Amino acid sequence: MSHHIVEAQDLHFTYPDGTQVLQGISFRITHGESVAIVGANGAGKSTLLLHLNGYLTATSGGLRIGDSPMTPENLKHVRRAVGLVFQDPDDQLFMPTVFDDVAFGPLNLGLPEAEVQDKVKEALETVGAWHLHDRPPYRLSGGEKRAVAIATVLSMSPDILVMDEPSSNLDPRSRRGLINLLKGFTHTKIIATHDLDMVMDLCHRTLVIREGGIIADGPTAEIMRNEELLASSNLEMPLSLRTCPACGETPGLVSTHR
Amino acid sequence: MGKLEKHFYDIGLLDTLAGQDTAVHRLDPRAKLITTMVFIVTVLSFGKYVISALVPFVIYPLFLLTAGNLPPGYILKKILLVSPFAVMVGIFNPMLDQNTLLTIGGLSVSGGWISFTSILLRFFLTVGAAMTLLAVTGFHAVCMSLEKLGAPRFFALQLLFLYRYLFVLVDEAVRMVRARSVRVFNGRGMGVAVYGSLLGHLLLRTLDRAQRIHSAMWCRGFDGNIRILKPLSFGRTEYVFMAAWILAFIVLRLANFPVWLGSTVAGIMG
Repeated sequence: MSHHIVEAQDLHFTYPDGTQVLQGISFRITHGESVAIVGANGAGKSTLLLHLNGYLTATSGGLRIGDSPMTPENLKHVRRAVGLVFQDPDDQLFMPTVFDDVAFGPLNLGLPEAEVQDKVKEALETVGAWHLHDRPPYRLSGGEKRAVAIATVLSMSPDILVMDEPSSNLDPRSRRGLINLLKGFTHTKIIATHDLDMVMDLCHRTLVIREGGIIADGPTAEIMRNEELLASSNLEMPLSLRTCPACGETPGLVSTHR
Repeated sequence: MGKLEKHFYDIGLLDTLAGQDTAVHRLDPRAKLITTMVFIVTVLSFGKYVISALVPFVIYPLFLLTAGNLPPGYILKKILLVSPFAVMVGIFNPMLDQNTLLTIGGLSVSGGWISFTSILLRFFLTVGAAMTLLAVTGFHAVCMSLEKLGAPRFFALQLLFLYRYLFVLVDEAVRMVRARSVRVFNGRGMGVAVYGSLLGHLLLRTLDRAQRIHSAMWCRGFDGNIRILKPLSFGRTEYVFMAAWILAFIVLRLANFPVWLGSTVAGIMG
């Protein structure tokens, strides 16, 4: 029985051109946790995410997904268990229609046709995009593309959702819709982002990465109040924690402006 | 709006047209593809000086055009867009082949001009048929039926990806050209050197994107096979459609209708 655990032990990764990106990353994320990975541009967030489903293989160190260590033999299992949503939906949506795209993963897993149909419908309905199933992906708006990109992963019934900047390029309402959608998921979630307000809404735990190492790992509420730590990673305190310039209300409290 | 952008939206219209719901749109794409291929082969099989026997073939693209509810102007424009290729192919014929084949009211017409006209006519027929096929079927359905009919898988895949990322690539190119044009003054910065750099960047970005797309595919279990769920159904309508048209092509290939019509009329009048 898989327990949806992600565990990294002293991960190191160096790109073939010699750039050292990950320099000893260790963490353990347990079943149902929702964890944010934050850090400056180029800190190694995206590289770390690509390790989590085995696309990149660590130069040294180990990774466990669920019950199994990451080895070439169980790559297929890991790829199904970890659903990776890319930052640019245009990279993720490559099939002629939305339906074909969402069906791509399940068909590759070798599921029978009827089941694929069900999975696609279910995934698209979950993200509220079933009405788009006939459309070519390049004709969708940014928010629609994002929703469909998430559906392409959901259709494979992953245990763990890994997302790279899911709220980038979204208008505020689409962003809110996305946050509510993600809130409803019971998967283990790992989200790399600069959108710290979204982190406040979604993730109880935050890892801060700097220069390929973890410099902080703790409850989101604590980390987001540590201005010094945030500044050292090119981040700023989320707006929801700052003193309201209009009414001077105390940070962290639910504000009800009129 | 730049020229590039206009063409871009123009291509998109082809998809909108393919999304319509008419009797020809509903036909299995394989039936339309095979029929169109037979049409093209038949048209190309005529001798190089044939003109009159080719004319009746216009009925097939015209049929797709009307039955598929397509705007003739748009299709015509698309055909004209590629016509320079046909002109280039045939333009030297009148110079190379100067034997008089025909005399009309004292004006002698050389074999070169006749074969040139024949080439243009064939070009309009075949490209017209291909364009209307795309507009009543949709690009990806054509690719898929190519694969189903036994064309190499990689060929179909390449075409699919080409079409999918054409839009992204054009979009990226449009953004770069736009970004340049707002910083060009008095024609400075429009030179070939800048073009080279733009193209180079576009290539690098494309390679980067290809890498990312590949990783996205890989993450969802891509193993070299693209699987598509499409309930294609080849039923009676498809057989009737194919049989009727192919029969028509054979008849038109064997009998020269304009000549037959002309001599019959002449016979009656005489």
